[in-house]
Amino acid sequence: MTNKLNTYTVSIYTENNIGLLNRISAIFLKRHVNIESLTTSQSEIDNIYRFVIVVKVLESKIQNIIKQIDKQIEVIAAFYHTDKETIFLETALYKVKSKSLFNEKHIQKIIKNSQANIVTVSPDYFVIEKTGWREETEKLYDSLEPYGLLQFVRSGRISVSKEAMNISNILGLNTDE
Amino acid sequence: MKKTNKISGSEAVIKCLLEEGVDIIYGYPGGAIMPIYDELFKYEDKLNHILTRHEQGATHAAQGYARVTGKVGVVTATSGPGATNLVTGIADAQIDSTPMVCITGQVASHLLGSDAFQECDIIGISTPVTKWNCQITKASDIPEVIAKAFYIAKSGRPGPVLIDITKDAQFELMEFKYKKCHSIRSYTPIPKFSINEINKAAELINNSKKPFIVFGQGVILGNAEAEFKEFIEKTGIPAAWTILGLSALSSDHPLNVGMVGMHGNYGPNVLTNECDVLIAIGMRFDDRVTGNLETYAKQAKIIHFEIDPAEVNKNVKVDIAVLGNVKDTLPELIELVKEKSHTNWINKFHSFYKKEFDKVIKNDLHPSKEGLTMGEVIREINEFSKGNAIIVSDVGQHQMVACRYASFNYSKSNVTSGGLGTMGFALPAAIGAKMGAPDREVIAIIGDGGYQMTIQELGTIFQTGCAVKIVVLNNEYLGMVRQWQQMFFDKRYASTEMINPDFVKIAKGYFIDGKKIKKRENLKSSIKEMINSKKPYFLEVCVEKEANVFPMIPSGASVSDVRLE
Repeated sequence: MTNKLNTYTVSIYTENNIGLLNRISAIFLKRHVNIESLTTSQSEIDNIYRFVIVVKVLESKIQNIIKQIDKQIEVIAAFYHTDKETIFLETALYKVKSKSLFNEKHIQKIIKNSQANIVTVSPDYFVIEKTGWREETEKLYDSLEPYGLLQFVRSGRISVSKEAMNISNILGLNTDE
Repeated sequence: MKKTNKISGSEAVIKCLLEEGVDIIYGYPGGAIMPIYDELFKYEDKLNHILTRHEQGATHAAQGYARVTGKVGVVTATSGPGATNLVTGIADAQIDSTPMVCITGQVASHLLGSDAFQECDIIGISTPVTKWNCQITKASDIPEVIAKAFYIAKSGRPGPVLIDITKDAQFELMEFKYKKCHSIRSYTPIPKFSINEINKAAELINNSKKPFIVFGQGVILGNAEAEFKEFIEKTGIPAAWTILGLSALSSDHPLNVGMVGMHGNYGPNVLTNECDVLIAIGMRFDDRVTGNLETYAKQAKIIHFEIDPAEVNKNVKVDIAVLGNVKDTLPELIELVKEKSHTNWINKFHSFYKKEFDKVIKNDLHPSKEGLTMGEVIREINEFSKGNAIIVSDVGQHQMVACRYASFNYSKSNVTSGGLGTMGFALPAAIGAKMGAPDREVIAIIGDGGYQMTIQELGTIFQTGCAVKIVVLNNEYLGMVRQWQQMFFDKRYASTEMINPDFVKIAKGYFIDGKKIKKRENLKSSIKEMINSKKPYFLEVCVEKEANVFPMIPSGASVSDVRLE
């Protein structure tokens, strides 16, 4: 067993319940594991929610953590995947002074080359959106920083697994899939 | 005007409890749960409420009740401090898989989050130590949530559930309709077992020369004592118990080879590292059982029968995992295993027992020195109980001695705080045990330290007349900590010496008969007097001050390095 920390994307399908986030995060807390990012949203099934949590842990720990999450009453199923096993993205927003956009020709080139989008432009500032891997949003950050970033924010990871998770089967729901 | 059948949320709570077959609850009233207590008053002929002297006492009493009956223990408490006082008992029930439903009052819903008087986020606090918890702010949710609570608490691997009900929901009127809960779509209490894995397990067992069983509370919680006994008798495999597995197999059974773990028996510990197949049944490889994992049963193939998938490969990597209730899986296994006997292998356990007897047990049970030992007190209790009593122990040296030496004929007779190691557990747990099994002798064995952590429950004993027998083994030390200080901290006895009060006078203050003895010649007659008493009875035995519990696996050592001195 290696002692290397690996990055895992944890996907948890749940019933919607007040306090469930607390219950799930407590399992990481108990083992002194930091949550790198966390996203919750609706899933592909009505009234079923999905947590996507990114953690760095030992390979030996992740299976135990997943089983401890899975046994929580309102958790329908929990999975973990390595980066290779998922398709994942993050979204970042960059708020920059408008005058840089007009005064610095470079900026327009940076935006174009990084395939980022301008979301809004106002007299004082404009906002750029970039969706992609962590390295891509970081690269854009590094490029824009010299021009003065007013604000920067990056979302948690969203991810879908390459393999099927078969939640409908677990729940005994009929689907056309 | 149309006649209404509506009842209050509080009355609904009581009706739900009655629907679930509850006839006794342990608790303590207060502001935010007063509407429920008001209903309890009206239903007192059907639902017996035991007023403990502290909410922690209520949880342990409910645990004691649950452990001897197999039913769900029920606790009620008010918001804020009432609720926080439950936390120790809830954590204890969680780690020892005890079914319990705790109902707490909460401030009115419009006050939630405003730091109102006696407001406390008990849902947040209890989350990591409950199997499930839920806050109710509408009376109409009460039946469904309580039904779910009981189902969750007792199904699969049991555990504690907490329901927090705001005061306005207790007052609110609702139409009452109760439907028991039998399933929750996101919850699989008992995983389906794989016949394939059972086949593999049977093959390993049939081919093994030195098989060894370690069994835990899973046998008791699964009501699988008979199946377990049939399995070991057919295969002739020696079986050792974890502290919570104690009493699942009668003490005098020829295949019962004793306890595993830190203060377990010599043979079972050493031979864990000699067996060729280790069969773990309803146990979870706690660190107090395994010692150093790097050297635990490395030579053996390990088979794990377990209801909770999260326990499989958690601490010890196993070769075969048979998920499911052992009540269902053992009969399948019994069909496939061959009748065998392992005489030479079992003789090895006997020869290790003889070594342990000469070095440890003889001096514990039949001491030649002047000071009374804890062991001889238990031996004397066995003489009178004949193994028929329920023994409730607290935490520390006396607990290890009680579990090592007490004899048991019946399952569900050993009540102790195993996983959490909660001092103060025994006195209130004994109350619940006695109420759950009123026809049986219930003897609480407690140290002088733990006794004083919940000593106020003597008030509950006095008020209810609950005829528990209390034995305090007084060595004027926090003995287990002192033993470690002696062995690992150069005898620096930091805050372990206790200057104790007159315990007999305190018992008398609660009108409980009591006696203190210091001499061996008074031991037998005092225990006889205690056992013969029809009322609660307190016996303080002054034992050797600096005695140590052996065998012992020092923390971090291998099971095979178990020490006899």
